[in-house]
Amino acid sequence: MQSTITSANQNENSAQAEVSLAVVCRGVTKEFGTGDTKVQALRGIDLDVPTGEMTLLVGPSGCGKTTLISIMAGLLDPTAGEVSLLGQDRRDLRGNRLVKFRADNIGFVFQQYNLLPALTAAENVAVPLLIANVKRSVAVERAKQQLELVGLGDKVDSLPRVLSGGQQQRVAIARALVHNPRLLVCDEPTAALDAHAGRRVMQLLRDTTVQPGRAVIVVTHDNRVFEFGDRIASMTDGHIDNVLTGGNFTAASH
Amino acid sequence: MNWLAWKMLTGDRTKYWGIVFGVAFGSLLISQQASIFVGLMRRTSSVIIDITTPDIWVLDERGQNLDEIRPMPDSRLYQVRGIEGVEWAVRLYKGLVRVRVANNSQANDDGNFRQVILVGVDDASLVGAPRKMVLGSMADIRRPDGIFIDEAGYRLLFPNEPLELGRSLEMNDRRGVIVGICHAHAPFQTFPVVYTRYSQATQFAPRERNLLSFILVKAREGIAVSDLCRRINDSTDLQALSTDDFFWFNIWYYIKNTGIPVNFGITVGLGFFVGAAVAGQTFYLFTVENLKQFGNLKAMGVSNWRLVGMILFQALVVGVMGFALGIGMACTFFVVTEASGQPDLRGMYVPWQVIVIAACAVSAIVILASLLSIRKVLVLEPAMVFK
Repeated sequence: MQSTITSANQNENSAQAEVSLAVVCRGVTKEFGTGDTKVQALRGIDLDVPTGEMTLLVGPSGCGKTTLISIMAGLLDPTAGEVSLLGQDRRDLRGNRLVKFRADNIGFVFQQYNLLPALTAAENVAVPLLIANVKRSVAVERAKQQLELVGLGDKVDSLPRVLSGGQQQRVAIARALVHNPRLLVCDEPTAALDAHAGRRVMQLLRDTTVQPGRAVIVVTHDNRVFEFGDRIASMTDGHIDNVLTGGNFTAASH
Repeated sequence: MNWLAWKMLTGDRTKYWGIVFGVAFGSLLISQQASIFVGLMRRTSSVIIDITTPDIWVLDERGQNLDEIRPMPDSRLYQVRGIEGVEWAVRLYKGLVRVRVANNSQANDDGNFRQVILVGVDDASLVGAPRKMVLGSMADIRRPDGIFIDEAGYRLLFPNEPLELGRSLEMNDRRGVIVGICHAHAPFQTFPVVYTRYSQATQFAPRERNLLSFILVKAREGIAVSDLCRRINDSTDLQALSTDDFFWFNIWYYIKNTGIPVNFGITVGLGFFVGAAVAGQTFYLFTVENLKQFGNLKAMGVSNWRLVGMILFQALVVGVMGFALGIGMACTFFVVTEASGQPDLRGMYVPWQVIVIAACAVSAIVILASLLSIRKVLVLEPAMVFK
């Protein structure tokens, strides 16, 4: 199935120069393997991710979306090209500095939620604060407040296994936000959910995460959620095909 | 983060107890088998353990252990007494004799013969006599035909009968009357131990030209035991060893000349490898199954060192829990067998040295297990969280 994206405004050029950029990619390439097994996953990516917006990264399977967000989240080194993360050159972020940078600035929402099964919802949400050495009681208290914000105030002591998929994803969103990151990276947050739950999760993401000073990147296959994005970068075969801005997107499949 | 490591570890109770019991099993095997080995080796020196008063044991120069008696002429005693630095020196007889349970026993009136360890102690000083009496008085050993027998030996000769004095045993066609029941450490051969005066022991023992088994020596105050041993060795053609040296001399004989340490060594080694395999594999699989979680934490900003710390903490927890359980089970085993009167394992226990050795072995098991897991986590790409 192939998706065609249309924008109400059809603004293909970046007209928001005043918006500060959380991520800037210039000529980014990424290769895996060597010799005959070498695979070029990214072929010269140029992309700006502004703050205060939700940027959707879309494209078919194998087009390089996951590789690109891994680089933008500081989890993977590019083979070539320049990447700036929150104003810092990616090449300057190495070792423990990079680890701390991720802990302080980046929140993650995963397709399969990746909650720790042995922890309650509140304890799961508290994990980023524990990583930042916040006292456990304080961390759990703040986690409970965060769960209230995502509508799960009554589930703070529930283990992930007793929560529905949608609820688990909301816990994951609360976890991604609890330490107030400046960059939120969401990988297929609706892929494991039905249409209704997916829309609710996207609405929640839209309502709770998009704010001045924070950039939100969402990788998605799900064209039903395109309407929630402010900007859509479309990828094919390791390239960015086009970037649509202005919001009010609709999707048509054929 | 230790709290997080603890929660991850104990989140799946089945796996958690699987790892703990893997370590516990290894710990139990190692400590129990090593303790039995130590117990058996101590049994070879049981008479030395029971006789604590002398500083030095003197024996024939070719004597190799406590049971290989090369009798010396009585004149050797006077020779040793004449050496400078000797406070006192007394005779000790030790030998195996056949005993016939006399017909005043209802249970054993069939004239069955049994082997016993006969210990003849100095008539005057009673050096070498048992120190802990169960029934009777120490002075009664001076009574005509008076003998003491150890409690376990009594129960072996008179099964299911109450402890009582006055029963008779026949040795070398002479009658000995049980005038005391004492406690003695279990000997290697598990034979009853019969104590009597030296002069009487020579009557009970089969006739030989010489009957003096050992000379027990006390060093004069201010004289170093090692110096006195050297003097005795230099002045006589006898072999003088401090009590401690004789204890180890005897044990080393059995270690070198019997298959016991090899057999137990194999079992202890198997315990180590089985424990390491079970605990290592379970712990490794636990880590592998949790790789996604570790990768998740890594992506969220947990450094490799903190992850290593978490794994080591988990390893420490299962190590301590498994070790405590294993040692606890081993101790319980010996307590229960002792309480049940089981003669085979009488007097055996888990020595602190075995606990230390088991702790080292368990540490090695846990370190091996965690090293495999740590390697897996260290090479983990955080980007795998998106896969």
